[in-house]
Amino acid sequence: MSEMPEPGITPVNQPFWTALERGELTFQRCGSCGGAWLPAREECPRCLAAEPGWEVASGRGRIISWVVYHHAAHPGFADRLPYNVAVVELDEGPRLITNILADEGDLGIELPVVVRIEREATFSLPRFSLA
Amino acid sequence: MRGDIVIAGVGHTAHGKLPDRSTTSMNVEACRKALADAGVEKGMVDGLFVKYPTSQHRSMYGQIVAEALGIQPRIGGVWDQGGATNISMISFAAMAIEQGQCEVALVTIADNPRTGTRQAYERAWGEDDVYGWFGTPAGYAMIARRHMEEFGTTHEQLGAIAVAARRHGANNPDAQLRKPLTLEEYAVSRPVVEPLRRDDCCLISDGGAAVVVMSAERARSLKVDAAVPILGFGQGQTSWEVAQRPSLTETAAAVSGRTAFEMAGLAPKDIQVAQLYDCFTITPLMTLEDYGFCAKGEGGRFVEDGAIEIGGALPVNTSGGLLSETGMPGMQLVIEGVRQIRGTSTNQVPGATTSLVSNQGGIMHTHSTLILGA
Repeated sequence: MSEMPEPGITPVNQPFWTALERGELTFQRCGSCGGAWLPAREECPRCLAAEPGWEVASGRGRIISWVVYHHAAHPGFADRLPYNVAVVELDEGPRLITNILADEGDLGIELPVVVRIEREATFSLPRFSLA
Repeated sequence: MRGDIVIAGVGHTAHGKLPDRSTTSMNVEACRKALADAGVEKGMVDGLFVKYPTSQHRSMYGQIVAEALGIQPRIGGVWDQGGATNISMISFAAMAIEQGQCEVALVTIADNPRTGTRQAYERAWGEDDVYGWFGTPAGYAMIARRHMEEFGTTHEQLGAIAVAARRHGANNPDAQLRKPLTLEEYAVSRPVVEPLRRDDCCLISDGGAAVVVMSAERARSLKVDAAVPILGFGQGQTSWEVAQRPSLTETAAAVSGRTAFEMAGLAPKDIQVAQLYDCFTITPLMTLEDYGFCAKGEGGRFVEDGAIEIGGALPVNTSGGLLSETGMPGMQLVIEGVRQIRGTSTNQVPGATTSLVSNQGGIMHTHSTLILGA
């Protein structure tokens, strides 16, 4: 099997990946205005305050949209074809790219989903299953 | 400034596979032809606006092209707004001319993703490659899916856009892909990133294209044969990546179009022919909605039954667009918009006096609009 991509872990996003290792999906919330977002960044994109804190997500969300790959842009995904990639909005507001653990025929926009953290070779990923 | 600035000349290279041609050489060929078309000596050019080549990005590329052209512009450089760049550069050139910062501007693009590298289009977006999230088509597929689910837009309606482009391109001797497409053939086109199929995706092409921009007054004094007035232009942008975008089905085309229509003093009903950036079929469909040719969600019904083919209510992409003429982003659409006003298109809309062109870039991040008129 070809080498899979690995997360680009930085001092800014490390808490996100560390939390996944202990089974928690987290997002950032601004200590000044309360705005919530992913992916990790240094400043709040709403009020620009540099006071991001980390909060554990409920793990509930809904599907905004999804696609199904029939062609592997990276050789590491060739043996997973066809596979889906989705946008999920968490109940707390932040959106993220993820995979849905379901048959393609069962997917639909606005369907509720719950997080299922899966262990990859050297890191853990937040995927979702239908609620 | 409606009508005060004109496109005085247009030029382009061949489209398709052009191995062993540098982007600099293709820029020079396109500029040489555009200057000849305008009847302008290169020594008059004092503005040079260059789109960065995605396949071979070099710093100070504007100066590299200026050196190859043997000109010393007062104003210019390289602009990066993805596929929206060309019309944006024409807009900046027009504003610079109005402000006396330059008098005769060349706006030019050349790229060679076909025989060079297309890495820029296949990379992961952001940090999400760990989920298998790669490439430009997937971003458009994510938007297309949402549109289909939210509004009932069908594959057949997306297919109608491909069929129209391929019909028009078949009649364009310069088009890279001259094989017409039927809806039946479209239906069995292989999936790339569902819901997008191969025939929803634009060509990948080498080539170059350029236009000469100057004031209408200057064009008259130089006795330019077929100067085409710019009636309006506009731009719009979103910074959010697809995953973070609050709405996947509304685009920066709305603000860009509104700005251009206001400047031109025109409305969508006044437009007789449109060249709408068609990197993927979903893009012109949503651009029609955001420009106000139809209500949001009605784009699919708008394009059905040949309405956007030559002879239809609003002929779209009459030279074949990115799906058939050349995948090179955007300037060919401007050139076809110019040909429609000059009356020289191979799919001419009889007596066209208003011609609209859209450019857009990234994954619907950036948008620019140009309205030309007689």
